[in-house]
Amino acid sequence: MGYKLTPEAFSRIVAGLSERYRVFAPKRYELGGHFSDTDIIRYGEISAGSEIIFGEKSAQSFKEALLPITQVLFYFTEKEMKESDFEQKDVLVFLRSCDLNAVKRLDTIYLRNGEEDYYYKRVRDRIRFALIGCPEPFESCFCVDMGTNRANNYDFGVVEQDGTYFVDCKAKDLADLFSAGTQEVQIPPLFVSKTKTRVNIPEELDASVATASMWEEYDGRCINCGRCNFSCPTCTCYTMQDIFYQENGRVGERRRVWASCMVDGFSDVAGGGSYRPKNGQRMRFKTLHKVLDYRARFGENMCVGCGRCDDVCPEYISFSRIINRLSEAMEEVRNADK
Amino acid sequence: MPINEYAAFLSEIKEVIKHTDLEYTFRMAYGGDVLPGQFFEVSIPKFGEAPISVSGIEDGIIDLTIRRVGKVTNEIFERYEGESLFMRGPYGNGFNLADYYGKELVIIAGGTGVSPVRAVVDHFANNPDVVKTMTFIAGFKTPNDILFRSDFERWSKTAGVTLTVDDAKGEPGYNIGLVTEYIPKLKVRDAASAAAIVVGPPAMMRFTTMGLLKFGFKEENIQISHERRMCCGIGKCGHCKINDVYVCLDGPIFSLSKAKALLD
Ligand SMILES: Cc1cc2nc3c(=O)[nH]c(=O)nc-3n(C[C@H](O)[C@H](O)[C@H](O)COP(=O)(O)OP(=O)(O)OC[C@H]3O[C@@H](n4cnc5c(N)ncnc54)[C@H](O)[C@@H]3O)c2cc1C
Ligand code: SF4
Ligand code: SF4
Ligand code: FES
Repeated sequence: MGYKLTPEAFSRIVAGLSERYRVFAPKRYELGGHFSDTDIIRYGEISAGSEIIFGEKSAQSFKEALLPITQVLFYFTEKEMKESDFEQKDVLVFLRSCDLNAVKRLDTIYLRNGEEDYYYKRVRDRIRFALIGCPEPFESCFCVDMGTNRANNYDFGVVEQDGTYFVDCKAKDLADLFSAGTQEVQIPPLFVSKTKTRVNIPEELDASVATASMWEEYDGRCINCGRCNFSCPTCTCYTMQDIFYQENGRVGERRRVWASCMVDGFSDVAGGGSYRPKNGQRMRFKTLHKVLDYRARFGENMCVGCGRCDDVCPEYISFSRIINRLSEAMEEVRNADK
Repeated sequence: MPINEYAAFLSEIKEVIKHTDLEYTFRMAYGGDVLPGQFFEVSIPKFGEAPISVSGIEDGIIDLTIRRVGKVTNEIFERYEGESLFMRGPYGNGFNLADYYGKELVIIAGGTGVSPVRAVVDHFANNPDVVKTMTFIAGFKTPNDILFRSDFERWSKTAGVTLTVDDAKGEPGYNIGLVTEYIPKLKVRDAASAAAIVVGPPAMMRFTTMGLLKFGFKEENIQISHERRMCCGIGKCGHCKINDVYVCLDGPIFSLSKAKALLD
């Protein structure tokens, strides 16, 4: 059961929420697409429900709300290291089920793999989630096979059907916002239960798949641009950078910026050493991180099947297809061992 | 509010010891707990951070032996006694000294790999009774590259120490040869129960561990130290990950049985 709202009513409620929260949601940026004259859907702060794009998938994920692309950790003066400030306002993020499952992966790395990350935690403690229901899967989605098509840890969920908004509110403190002047009704499902793109992660998958021939194909096809990583809601890597200001060399900042294991330099060490020089090796590393290594360490797959990496690759490399090639690759490796 | 793990503390440089033109030991004020083989993120604001192993542990002092190779390390070399460096840590698992008690212990290190094992060698050279025997083989490229010269004389009083160079550059009085050449001559009674530590450049560690296995050492009794790119030291930045392992958290010290399964 839930509430039925007109677009205007929904938009007004979100506008009201934006006074108490910084509200992040997928919105349209005109002519910001990969191909010069297309629009792009990505996350940004909104001040009314009408800004939220329900019918298209966002090219970038919600991740920026928790982990900005560039984040200042400290400001330096001559003798002092001063912690960066942050906006003392609660945050509300609109996101789909795959992405809400991705939050769990971010939490695992940033709160449980070693010490808690202070900068992540200070935003995480202030965040609430609004689920964007999915009446239909998009072409490249494979959440069902990854077990991420459902989520229940949201404060309220909203699904659009024929220009009407249906809300399932779990948070008691927000219920009044939606119930005012409306009757409880049966609402359409918030989750898909079938996707067009399917994946199969072979049960016998292990690290020996690294020697399969399939990876070599990506030496040439992949141009190590890193877009797959930057669009991924579960990629967590960053690089630390210190800079000093042009105008005043005595002051500066320490910051972290998103990093990609596909891009040159990720593994460089002193003395000219570098691990995984070939793009195919990087593809293997990324793939196994998403569907094997993380699971070995934390008990579930890292990839949530959002399909964004497939959507953004300029070389039309499909990650779901890579997953589906793993069975054959394992067979090849086993036969070679015989 | 949780603790900000990225916040560094200032530590005073008590002394600078110059080994070679490129390698100095910075003796730093530090009173906390630390194990040999662990590392600190050492930094100079506006230049950056660099992971550096502890090469010596004393009351109130730790040693950092640093090779100047780039942005941060160059800047560290501009600092003198009485000045300070920022540090955070210690990070990593380090060597558990109790693991070697009562055993025949062989330590083999190459070049800057001597730094992370120096505190282990020191401990057992000072407490020779807690191990059955300790043998230390250290290799450097040339006599000019030798680190911790004065320590070697001291250690050789209580342990079997071999110092060797790849090329003596015509100087007399040096053992010449790679560390691997000394493995067949090891005086180890029961290789199957003996422990070994191997630290150095990747190729050196590969050939040395092969030599030890051939001698009869068991994989699970050989420990190595991995060096990878590291930005955080606390399992977040991802640069040090190999398979399901984070070198900064689960390492840098690994048994060979674990390390051999890791593929970059
Ligand atoms: C666990 C661990 C222990 C170490 N212990 C010591 C030690 O005891 N003494 C010592 O001299 N060095 C040690 N190193 C290596 C040292 O961290 C690097 O030499 C240092 O980070 C280089 O920094 P830089 O700014 O001077 O060089 P840069 O100007 O950053 O670059 C020089 C080269 O170092 C590489 N590099 C950059 N950052 C890192 C990094 N974080 N880790 C490794 N390589 C990097 C670059 O890719 C480049 O090839 C250790 C490294 C690790 C991972
Ligand atoms: S897979 Fe595609 S998006 Fe990812 S680095 Fe390679 S070319 Fe770029
Ligand atoms: S790997 Fe691709 S499909 Fe999986 S979560 Fe990341 S972007 Fe989505
Ligand atoms: S150094 Fe950042 S994850 Fe290990």
